[in-house]
Amino acid sequence: MTRTIHLSLDINASRYELDVETRVTLLDALRENLGLTGTKKGCDQGQCGACTCHVDGKRVLSCLTLAAQVEGKQVITIEGIAAENGDLHPVQAAFIENDAFQCGYCTPGQIMSAVACIREGHAGSEEEIREYMSGNLCRCGAYNSIVAAVREAASAVTTGVAAKDKAEVA
Amino acid sequence: MRDFSYFRAASTEEASRATLDAGTMLLAGGTTLLDLAKCGVFEPDTLVDITHLAGLGDITVDANGATIGALAKMEEVADHPGVKAAFPAVAQSLSLAASPQLRNMATVGGNLLQRTRCPYFRDPGAFPACNKRNPGSGCSAIGGVTRNHAVLGTSRACIAVNPGDLAVALVAFDAYVEMGRRRVAIEDFYMLPGETPDWETVLKKGEIITGISIPASMAAKNSTYLKVRDRQSYEFAAASAAVGIEFEADGQTVRDIRVALGGVATKPWRARTVEQALVGTVLNVDAVEKASRLSMEDAVSHGGNRYKIELAPRVVARAILTMGGLA
Repeated sequence: MTRTIHLSLDINASRYELDVETRVTLLDALRENLGLTGTKKGCDQGQCGACTCHVDGKRVLSCLTLAAQVEGKQVITIEGIAAENGDLHPVQAAFIENDAFQCGYCTPGQIMSAVACIREGHAGSEEEIREYMSGNLCRCGAYNSIVAAVREAASAVTTGVAAKDKAEVA
Repeated sequence: MRDFSYFRAASTEEASRATLDAGTMLLAGGTTLLDLAKCGVFEPDTLVDITHLAGLGDITVDANGATIGALAKMEEVADHPGVKAAFPAVAQSLSLAASPQLRNMATVGGNLLQRTRCPYFRDPGAFPACNKRNPGSGCSAIGGVTRNHAVLGTSRACIAVNPGDLAVALVAFDAYVEMGRRRVAIEDFYMLPGETPDWETVLKKGEIITGISIPASMAAKNSTYLKVRDRQSYEFAAASAAVGIEFEADGQTVRDIRVALGGVATKPWRARTVEQALVGTVLNVDAVEKASRLSMEDAVSHGGNRYKIELAPRVVARAILTMGGLA
């Protein structure tokens, strides 16, 4: 009989209790056990970035992370980045605005990576975006639109933060 | 992946002891371990998660050098202002490696132990013969597709490249691998494949890498890491070079030069013949190009990797000329 483990996972501000095989990755736990199928399985070998999630605020690959490793940490998936009222995250809106996909399979990973890329301060130029988004492959080749979306979202986020700061000062 | 148990180590001692059990592996960032477990190369019975151990992730840089805890993440070291200032080649070797996601996961201790990308090593189903995986079974790479195999340090038993970038920079600047009770110069930490390619480092059962220390030097402060690869980013090196130069007070004569090569050898490769040819001289393009070719004096081609013998000296020369203000 395969070995199992009980886990309490904090994902998108909800607590999930689950019993899984010890060898289950975070990616498989999200998709197969918790119904959070927004996170995609591409290569399952850490080469494509489709499974990108945030763990304690950092972007990581959920296919090379065991579910057991993230107990006690905060996991954010693509399902957890829009506002509570349903308003899209600025990066999601920018992907739609710039048509930054064709088939859409890599898109959740691209968006999770882009949110982190902007937060890290690595979206200052087209060249920098290409370098810091290099861990997310798009087999449709929508890269030009993805870069445009990240640029637009980066400036929207920066402007938004500036406006918010101004409002707080006022 | 085969079924395994998982637990979190409570102390470094517990983690060290756990490695005495043949079926147990330590889990840090997991980027190599889980990848190779999925490939069927690793079949651990127990994984001991060491990422919660306290005090193994600190990075300190002072006038004597840097000490980096084994559990520091690649991205944390790449982004550390002190490392960037005193050891630019080390920071660059990390930021040019893998992807942001992988750098957020992988630890520097694990990075030193990353395994080769040799496709024959990674595919036990299709290629049962691999001396690194299964000692004595033969080498599927010799006579196979060798475009990314080593031209230096190879043996009859194995021609797999050590894929690291960080270790190349560390070899150039005489870093040490800290293993609790002992430390080893990183150049001696890695072993040539010889007849036992399954044995890659001098790390013994019961030992654990606790950190890396890098002595400060002017050459390390004035250094660069140049990485040439098949695509612009997120790729292993076709050839890479870590180069650091200290000039005499005249600003022209080389007092100290360090050169190490990646992507071409079975271990991170210090190119001392290149250093010896240039120390005490005033750099010029012809002399640098000529000296850089010395790095490939002992190179052996296996067909597909022949281009590395041309490419690597050019990478070395360009890195040296860049640091010398001549490129």
